[in-house]
Amino acid sequence: MASLITCPHCGQRPKEEFTIKGDASLTRPAPDAGPDVWYDYVYLRSNPKGLHKEYWHHSSGCRRWLIVERDTVTHKVHSVTDAALTKLGGAA
Amino acid sequence: MRYSALSVFLNGLRGNSGWAPAWRQPQPKPHYDVIIVGGGGHGLSTAYYLAKTFGITNVAVLEKGYLGSGNIGRNTTIIRSNYLLPGNNPFYELSMKLWEGLEQDFNFNAMVSQRGVLNLFHSDAQRDAYTRRGNAMRLHGVDAELLDRQAVQAKLPFLDFNNARFPIMGGLLQPRGGTVRHDAVAWGYARGADSHGVDIITHCEVTGIRREEGRVVGVETTKGFIGCGKLALAAAGNSTVVADMAGLRLPIESHVLQAFVSEGLKPFIDCVVTFGAGHFYVSQSDKGGLVFGGDIDGYNSYAQRGNLATVEHVAEAGVAMIPSLTRVRYLRTWGGIMDMSMDGSPIIDRTHIDNLYLNAGWCYGGFKATPASGYCYAHLIARNEPHETARQMRLDRFQRGYQMDEKGVGAQPNLH
Amino acid sequence: MSNHRLSTGGRIDRTRTIKFSFDGKALTGHPGDTLASALLANGIQLVGRSFKYHRPRGILTAGAAEPNALVTTGAGGRTEANTRATMIELHDGLIARSQNRWPSLAFDIGAANGLLSPFLSAGFYYKTFMWPAGFWEKVYEPLIRNAAGLGKATYEADPDAYEKCWAHCDLLVIGAGPAGLAAALTAGRAGARVLLADEGFALGGSLLTDGDATLTTILAELDALPNVQCLPRTTVIGWYDDNVFGAVERVQKHVALPDPHQPVERFWRIIAKQAILATGAEERPLVFGGNDIPGVMMASAMRSYLNRQAVAPGKRTVVFTTNDAGYRAAADLEAAGVDVAAIVDPRARSDAGWQGKAKVLANSCIVDAAGGKALRSVHIAGASGTQTIEADALAMSGGWSPIIHLACHRGAKPVWSERHAAFLAPERQEGLTIAGAASGHASTSACLGDGARKAAEALAAIGFARVEPTFLSADDTQAAATPFWYVKGSKGKAFVDYQNDVHLKDLGLAVREGYGDVELAKRYTTNGMATDQGKLSNINAIGILAEARGVSPAEVGTTTFRPFYTPVSFGALTGTSRAKHFQPARKSPLHEWAKKNGAVFVETGLWYRSAWFPRAGETTWRESVDREVLNIRKNAGLCDASTLGKIEIFGKDAATFLDRVYCNGFAKLPVGRARYGIMLREDGLIYDDGTTSRLSEDHFFMTTTTALAAGVLTHLEFCAQTLWPELEVHFASSTDQWAQMAIAGPKSRAILSEIVDEDISDAAFPFMSARTVSLFGGNLEGRLFRISFSGELAYELGVPAGYAESVADAIMQAGAKHDICAYGAEALGVLRIEKGHVTHAEINGTVTPGDLGFGRMVSTTKPDFIGKAMLTREGMQAADRPRLVGVKPINPETSFRTGSHILADGAAATLENDQGYVTSSCFSPNLGHTIGLALINNGPERLGEKVMIWNGLRNEFTEGVICSPVFIDPENEKLHA
Repeated sequence: MASLITCPHCGQRPKEEFTIKGDASLTRPAPDAGPDVWYDYVYLRSNPKGLHKEYWHHSSGCRRWLIVERDTVTHKVHSVTDAALTKLGGAA
Repeated sequence: MRYSALSVFLNGLRGNSGWAPAWRQPQPKPHYDVIIVGGGGHGLSTAYYLAKTFGITNVAVLEKGYLGSGNIGRNTTIIRSNYLLPGNNPFYELSMKLWEGLEQDFNFNAMVSQRGVLNLFHSDAQRDAYTRRGNAMRLHGVDAELLDRQAVQAKLPFLDFNNARFPIMGGLLQPRGGTVRHDAVAWGYARGADSHGVDIITHCEVTGIRREEGRVVGVETTKGFIGCGKLALAAAGNSTVVADMAGLRLPIESHVLQAFVSEGLKPFIDCVVTFGAGHFYVSQSDKGGLVFGGDIDGYNSYAQRGNLATVEHVAEAGVAMIPSLTRVRYLRTWGGIMDMSMDGSPIIDRTHIDNLYLNAGWCYGGFKATPASGYCYAHLIARNEPHETARQMRLDRFQRGYQMDEKGVGAQPNLH
Repeated sequence: MSNHRLSTGGRIDRTRTIKFSFDGKALTGHPGDTLASALLANGIQLVGRSFKYHRPRGILTAGAAEPNALVTTGAGGRTEANTRATMIELHDGLIARSQNRWPSLAFDIGAANGLLSPFLSAGFYYKTFMWPAGFWEKVYEPLIRNAAGLGKATYEADPDAYEKCWAHCDLLVIGAGPAGLAAALTAGRAGARVLLADEGFALGGSLLTDGDATLTTILAELDALPNVQCLPRTTVIGWYDDNVFGAVERVQKHVALPDPHQPVERFWRIIAKQAILATGAEERPLVFGGNDIPGVMMASAMRSYLNRQAVAPGKRTVVFTTNDAGYRAAADLEAAGVDVAAIVDPRARSDAGWQGKAKVLANSCIVDAAGGKALRSVHIAGASGTQTIEADALAMSGGWSPIIHLACHRGAKPVWSERHAAFLAPERQEGLTIAGAASGHASTSACLGDGARKAAEALAAIGFARVEPTFLSADDTQAAATPFWYVKGSKGKAFVDYQNDVHLKDLGLAVREGYGDVELAKRYTTNGMATDQGKLSNINAIGILAEARGVSPAEVGTTTFRPFYTPVSFGALTGTSRAKHFQPARKSPLHEWAKKNGAVFVETGLWYRSAWFPRAGETTWRESVDREVLNIRKNAGLCDASTLGKIEIFGKDAATFLDRVYCNGFAKLPVGRARYGIMLREDGLIYDDGTTSRLSEDHFFMTTTTALAAGVLTHLEFCAQTLWPELEVHFASSTDQWAQMAIAGPKSRAILSEIVDEDISDAAFPFMSARTVSLFGGNLEGRLFRISFSGELAYELGVPAGYAESVADAIMQAGAKHDICAYGAEALGVLRIEKGHVTHAEINGTVTPGDLGFGRMVSTTKPDFIGKAMLTREGMQAADRPRLVGVKPINPETSFRTGSHILADGAAATLENDQGYVTSSCFSPNLGHTIGLALINNGPERLGEKVMIWNGLRNEFTEGVICSPVFIDPENEKLHA
């Protein structure tokens, strides 16, 4: 993990304040994308050994969903951004 | 060399100089009928049953580390068959039955100890859920007993019955559940498989899967190319890494689960107990250490180590259940990489790639499944059809909408 | 028993006497003593028994690595097993007992195991005890278990307190020996925030033994620096991600009766920008026959006892050493007036330039030591033949192993250094630098210089400009070390792992049997698995395995270093989260109201919910619940519904958003109306349900189940922030801000009319109305919802939490003439089962809307909602899925329970015949018999079918019939009254 996550809004906070959802590289398909695409989205995971983008929620803090880029072998956190701001193309 | 009290005695008289290696250390042959990737519990038991039960002996087990270096050597040694769903329950009961005859079968004392597994409940809703589970077990002829608070107190008077935040109401007991000396399972299967001609090749990492006309024909390894008729993955936490080599995406995430052992103590607790109001379970090893654990750390990881927050949570839950634990000390903490599936249940199946077989998704239930997993996987590999108890452990169940979700938490591996 | 205390010297306070006991014998010592030094001073060498052979054992070390001198301390709830005598600060009232012996330490029956040792070789138990199969649990295992283990833990509750704290610092220095002190001083002078932790009760490390004068000066200066915090008695036990360290401070482990206002132990989580690991080096034992006899001791430990506590180890000592350390011990012994009979050195020539009286036997080894409970003599073999020397103490030194434990907690692998004949860890990792003897330095001056330099470098890395090292780097002129793994030709057992009784031959056997890999050898022989985790034994074992396999130690490698560095108590890791404080308690704003109305509370998640309200004369919970239920169907009742999750949803896109997160439609919900909604997970199964009301065009108010209040909000935020960030929608939890009460029953309108200012007649305020209302003549605003979980005419009234109790009182008062009663969660449960309403007993994470009879609610017109795509899968639509129905007993006198399974009438009780299960059940006082909800394969098509309600777990088998899940008022007449 990380013992600490630097929330772009709240600063460095302990892991216990966060809820982890998982793979943030997935994009929710269009409703009519077809069963294979939906199966892939809901159930299949790249599960990389190395860099992994994932959703962390600052549940006991600002309650923002963050995209944490983290190494699954070293547990080093490379970046943390606000998911919504990132998706909207803004800075975070 | 057969192990027995007599052989221990005779060798003792001769200064123990006569013991032979428990298994060979062969160089890989150019081709095997079956190659099993992963020299852990499931890989070794698969090889053992392939050779012994299904007569397929031209088999290699490839292990990238030392023998049994994965989860078989880093779990909390619990066996039980207290499963709820019809797709799981008969399989784990088959496993329990295999455990019960295992040592005599492979001539190795793995210390299978049926000391009982007790799951505590602390609310009406938990009691009802355990009633449903216990009845599912009973319907399949599995032993299950529902204990009330007094019965739990009589059995384990040192739990917190006076001042608990979540009072203990009772528990579901499986008397045949218990513990097994985990490393010995790997060694017993290895020795048994080896004696039937299986090549166990350690420190041999698979680096690629070679396919011709779509079908798998062998593996590239750190010891060169090895050809095979069938390739069977049993790589636990590294399942997706190996499957990737064949371009196969899996419904699996790798997560770290920590386990713990205390300093050695004189007999303190004589069964396995699971706390129902927090993540904690405990048993005591023959050597005297309390062996205990909690929940997974909650994030994808390939590092066999966890973090402090989980360690502390486990201690808190442990003391909530047994207040006098405060003066007992953790000796050692470690982590294993769990192949968490998307419904919490395992997969034993063929894949859409010819000659490629998959055994994965054991979450943190892999150890107790070791015998049945090997047996059913060997059955599948040998006969190309699933064993009757593993019929629902299909890879396509997610696509078809037949998930086996004991906890009912959905496609979120860190909640299973 | 003789007094081994020297007449002068040491860092003890001879003016004060401390009284303590060992195995019931009253003894004395002085401040500055450890339990170990005090025992030695009292002439006690035998302090424990080993694990397997129950061999007599003494004190081997003077520190954390002690494998032998483990004792049980304290009494009652303060009983503590396996405590290292070498780490216990002597204190008045200390009670210590030896372990693993019966009937006594001096006469231990278990020692008979030693006679059987030829048959108890490594792993012997894997080869036998298999027949007859049933004997393992009944015969063999109990014998093994009783013989195994060390100390006995108590079942009594611990009277003492523990706590946790966090610390942040620029530089954490681990270890207060020369390197650590120099590092702390350097950083302290530079103005950095420094934490200096050391496991000892006195700071100084080897300086305490060496008597170096610089120690006093350094400590005085550190003490004066406000930015330096010294933590003696504090062991850093683990290094975690992001440079987080765990540490345990023994706050009151050196007092027999702790101050109740202070913890006995404090667990620190330390977040360090940089850390210096200055943990020193561990001296290695030598492996020869009888190397475990009491009186055999590490050379450094012997020096420590001599110089720190003025304790002579014996009258006549022998030194066995492969390096300078043995000569230093010999010199100190001679200086203290202790006779050193010989210095035995396997090397051809020592480099120590020995000037003392003792004769040096070069090219020689101690092959065997003799003695039982105390050392008697040693047998020496060398170039000049063999000889036996009588001695009562033996100092040994097999070289040094840097203590790199913490540096390897995060995956770094130790590397074998030929020059040091030891494993070293990478000197620099992100945030952690190893200094002093831990990085292979030997001399005090070199360690001081190294610590100072590395602190300066570490601070430079975090922006401290031009930090001046406080000590100059010194050349470390140590010679290349020669490893010496074991003595050949020993007759007695030569121990490698003392506590676990692993000896030389065990490792040889492991290699012969194919367990030569260092990890397999550990697991097969148990070498390194004792309470000391191989601090003394691992490196020797690696050397021995390497020789047996004919490879270098580098090729053998080490086992993995895992937290904790030394064992940590559950108490320290638990802190204050004990008993009732294990988890926080949540109390509703109506808790006090319920309490004064006599409620019995039940734990529901973190909440305490009112379960029922017994009245005088009622003797069972059922009596109370039946009364409450009947009264509500007849008159009215008030129930606390505040624990349901409440979420305010704002924004111009709130309606669009809700349309996407619920499977049924919400976009067109009019202002002033509430609607029942079902939320799916993306896999198409039901996640949660609840009502959502539209309070204004852009403001919705959602209720969730109690269990998923937090989960639903997190889910909504996930959807809004990551799936559809372009939508303008915002959420605020108002669960704690609003009290919510359900007023149910035919008279609820009449009662509420007395406090609600507006017209709430059926015409003005029909079913599913939801509005802000004025209360008490305009004195308060509340939110009124005409929704019903009971199936009765019912309302839910929300008021700001602070007004909850007064409003509830007012309703009870207004309702008195209508016979209103307070009711709890149990009656609520009965009412909803009678009406066929579902809760998480039915929404168990495996059901679709169709399974619960909500199939027609699922929108077919909305283009998208969470779960839509996956709901169409074959298995999710299968006709034989378990679906919701009611069940009731054929004979109303009979009953059944939740969790029972359903079998077709006459079918055998097998898993194949399992057709479903009872999800909820209760006694219905309105119907006069038990009723239940059940999920049964194809249930709704089987109404009227006779089934077996099977509860084999309790031996209860009830003939039942499948029926509609709505037992009361199926036409909803009461609801719409």
